[in-house]
Amino acid sequence: MMIAAAKGPHIDWAGISPLIALLGGATIVLLVGLLRPRVVREVLVPLLALAAFGAAIGCGIWQYGEEKNLISDALRLDGLTTVLSFVFCTGGAAAVLLSWRAVAPREAAHGEFYALLLTSTGGMWVLVAAQNLVTLFLGLELLSIPLYVLCATEMRRATSLEAGLKYLIIGSVGSATFLYGLAFLYGATGSTDFTVIARAVDNVSTDTLLLTGVALSVAGLAFKASVAPFHQWTPDVYEGAPTPITAFMAVATKAAAFGAFLRLFDVALLDTSADWAPALAVLATITIIVGNVGALGQSSLKRLMAWSSVAQAGYMLAGVVVATQLGVKATVFYLAVYLMMNLAAFAVILIRERETGLGDDISSVQGLGVQRPLLAASMTLAMLGLAGIPATAGFIGKFYLIDAAIDGNYAWLGVVIVIGSMVSLGYYLRVVAAMWMQDAPTPGAALAATGRPAMAGGSAEAEAVVTRVQPETWAVALIFGAATLFFGIVPSPLFNLAVHAGESLSGLF
Amino acid sequence: MNLSILLWLPLAAVVAGLILPATEARFAALLGSAAALVLSIVLLFRFDTGKPGLQFVTNKVWISELGIHYKLGVDGLNLFLILLAAILFFAAIAWTALRDWERPRLFYLWFGLAESGVLGALMAQDLALFVIFFDLMLVPFYFLGGGWGDTPNRVAAMVKLFIYTLVGSLLMLSAAVATGVLAQGPGQPITFDLVQLASNARRLPVGSQEWIFLFFAAAFLVKMPAFPVHGWMPDGYKAMPLPVLAVFSGVLSKVAAYGFLRIALPLFPDAAVHFQELILFIALASILYGSVLAFTTRDTRLILGYSSVAQLGFITLGIFSLQDTGAQGALLQAFNHGLVVAPAFFIVALLAARAGGSEDLRDMGGIAFRAPILAVLFLIVAFANLAMPGSSNFVGEFLILLGVFNSKIVISFVAFTGVVLASVYTLRLFIRAMHNRVGPHVESREISLTHGLIVAPLVALIVGIALYPQLALHRSQRSVQASIREAKALTQPAREAQR
Repeated sequence: MMIAAAKGPHIDWAGISPLIALLGGATIVLLVGLLRPRVVREVLVPLLALAAFGAAIGCGIWQYGEEKNLISDALRLDGLTTVLSFVFCTGGAAAVLLSWRAVAPREAAHGEFYALLLTSTGGMWVLVAAQNLVTLFLGLELLSIPLYVLCATEMRRATSLEAGLKYLIIGSVGSATFLYGLAFLYGATGSTDFTVIARAVDNVSTDTLLLTGVALSVAGLAFKASVAPFHQWTPDVYEGAPTPITAFMAVATKAAAFGAFLRLFDVALLDTSADWAPALAVLATITIIVGNVGALGQSSLKRLMAWSSVAQAGYMLAGVVVATQLGVKATVFYLAVYLMMNLAAFAVILIRERETGLGDDISSVQGLGVQRPLLAASMTLAMLGLAGIPATAGFIGKFYLIDAAIDGNYAWLGVVIVIGSMVSLGYYLRVVAAMWMQDAPTPGAALAATGRPAMAGGSAEAEAVVTRVQPETWAVALIFGAATLFFGIVPSPLFNLAVHAGESLSGLF
Repeated sequence: MNLSILLWLPLAAVVAGLILPATEARFAALLGSAAALVLSIVLLFRFDTGKPGLQFVTNKVWISELGIHYKLGVDGLNLFLILLAAILFFAAIAWTALRDWERPRLFYLWFGLAESGVLGALMAQDLALFVIFFDLMLVPFYFLGGGWGDTPNRVAAMVKLFIYTLVGSLLMLSAAVATGVLAQGPGQPITFDLVQLASNARRLPVGSQEWIFLFFAAAFLVKMPAFPVHGWMPDGYKAMPLPVLAVFSGVLSKVAAYGFLRIALPLFPDAAVHFQELILFIALASILYGSVLAFTTRDTRLILGYSSVAQLGFITLGIFSLQDTGAQGALLQAFNHGLVVAPAFFIVALLAARAGGSEDLRDMGGIAFRAPILAVLFLIVAFANLAMPGSSNFVGEFLILLGVFNSKIVISFVAFTGVVLASVYTLRLFIRAMHNRVGPHVESREISLTHGLIVAPLVALIVGIALYPQLALHRSQRSVQASIREAKALTQPAREAQR
């Protein structure tokens, strides 16, 4: 007996290989970052980080189709884990490319910067693979803590520090609430294991203890996914954080948070869905309204994208609410699509930050259609896609979500989604109009108007970057812009992924 | 004949035009739209009038998970509207090719996309595909109006237009998804195929049918536009360049009317009957409101705009008479109105060029003597617009009113006043623009040969269809009857009981 207990659990190394790639990559990047030569730090380190993300995706492809529990049922490798890991690893790789010439890694030291990025992504993997309340919380913290630091990596810019601090404080409140909720869940069901909880939930579904636990854990996850009314940090943190990190937060954190939503609610708490589904539907409605209305008056593109990400979280929540396989598929599909549209948009914002010195103000993209038609086309596709205009992947995603909502007897939620889309046109079109229908501002007038030159870096160093070409940022903008169009016309590959992810939650209809 | 070729040719041509030098981009667009026109004429001749149902069907699975098919087809309902779209787009692109535009490649790219979008909406035989094209065809007009428009506030105007019409379209999106999901039989895969939906639509609970119908109606009425939801029209019409406006007003509003016949009536017959009177009242209000404003406004564009509101009111009236004659008249009138309004906008452009650039009626007048050919062309257009006996519009309006007379006699009496008002505002436009005192800055010139070559064939078409309206009526008869059969059947017992 004693011997058996001392023996560690069986570890399926192949199963956790994506996690090893991410965390091992983080270690290597951190160590290599200590080396002296500039070329090592500025070229080799980001390349190694890219390789780590690539390896994680590669391991995911290698294990594609596997369904197994890992490390005595603490984690689960299945379609949902794999597909979502594709999403946030792609987001991470794009963040590496966007950071290539950014100020942040230079100020924070390259090794640390990229290692934190990889660690955070490793946390996401743990979060979406978690089969146990403890690993769930572990994943959440592993994801969050590096992000707090990353937000503050532009150390000489006050807003970056402010963003980091704000995110730290609010994020910790969110984590604490979540942990408290998990404790209640444990108290109500007597186990931390999802499958045991799912069985126990049947008997105690009206238990106050359980419902309190559900409510608190919803609040905790809602903080991470920026679901209203827990979204207040989003605009400030998105605006203050370095743009590559904002992009990473927008796409990857969202994917991970929704992965956790799906795991916790559509697996562990499935049988009590009659209790939480109406509440989540109301949250989704509030989120859609608050996000879209909040975005209307924004002149900072990053704030606009922040509010838009709040609204988009509301759309995706509809897929969680219905608690069906179709809902899971629609959410995963939308997360993938959302990744493309957001990365294209943030890449363009970043390029213009560096080129114009107008920061992320909407005037920085004025006249882009004449100056850089390709970039403007990417941004237009991203904006129209986020608004849900046909021939973009965003439309198919929204179609799928509405389909799932109506199929799950939440037809009114489908209508709320389209009403949200209508409001959202008010701000997405403003960006499109600025690019194609307004002339580029003359440099002097623009500075006078905004009164805050060089938001991008705020340092002389950043100014020097301005004129340099930035092919990798262009590549991100163009590839993901083109993908938004391509998957709007040929969505089948994404559907295959989404279906694979959805079918792995076999407890659902 | 493969409909996909006709559908994508205009877009393919302008995309190919992107690699041409900027000054030559117009020829790509011209070639694409000319080829589409030729193909649609071939389509007209190869169309078999005797065959029921769809012809030239293309049916492929596009997105199997969502049950969306890439299904195109032609029948009597859309045959002439496809032809109308091809004619008007060719004419408008030819008109735009006569002058230089800034950023021409982009300009023609949007134009080509607009044509493909409109043709797609007309040909689509899958509900989801229809919704996609219906939304998509609006996007290029946003860019055309906002980027190359005429007024300083064009961006705001186009945003207003876009949001206004997309509010309807997005409601329609949720209604379309709901139709597909709710009509899905147990154990059957979801489908949006219109033919299958029409046979499954009986599964829809009446309550759901009603909200779904209202959402569809909202989309179509906004796009038309009809009276209470026309708010985008004045600013939007003023903002768009005239040749763009000619196709916008000539074709897009017809797609909305067509949507009622293709989708709303066959799929939701119970709701259509339930809301028949509501829609008839909206149509009536559009006729009266449009006519009165067309009579009072001085902006020539808006006269045509409000006149379109009134004309579309007539078309809606005919469709919702739920009578064969009324619906047939409506379809004919849709074709007629497109043929009339496009040359009318071209003529407004010519008049404005002669009145020092002003489109205000007060600045015009007295051109007729110096420009008799222009005056004759305009007169024919004007007569057609006021539905002079002998014109095809007369036949259309007559059939519409006959249909309404048979179903709702009181409404038909009020609608008759619309016919009178139409002659009042149309003649006012003609007299103030062509006769009266010569305006202060008017420079009377005859229509130039190139412009004449675009307007004259359109006018010749108006005359042609006036001589032989059966060309359209005969081919559309069977499809129109099929479209309203269900709804009509539901109204019959009610009226039997009344007698």
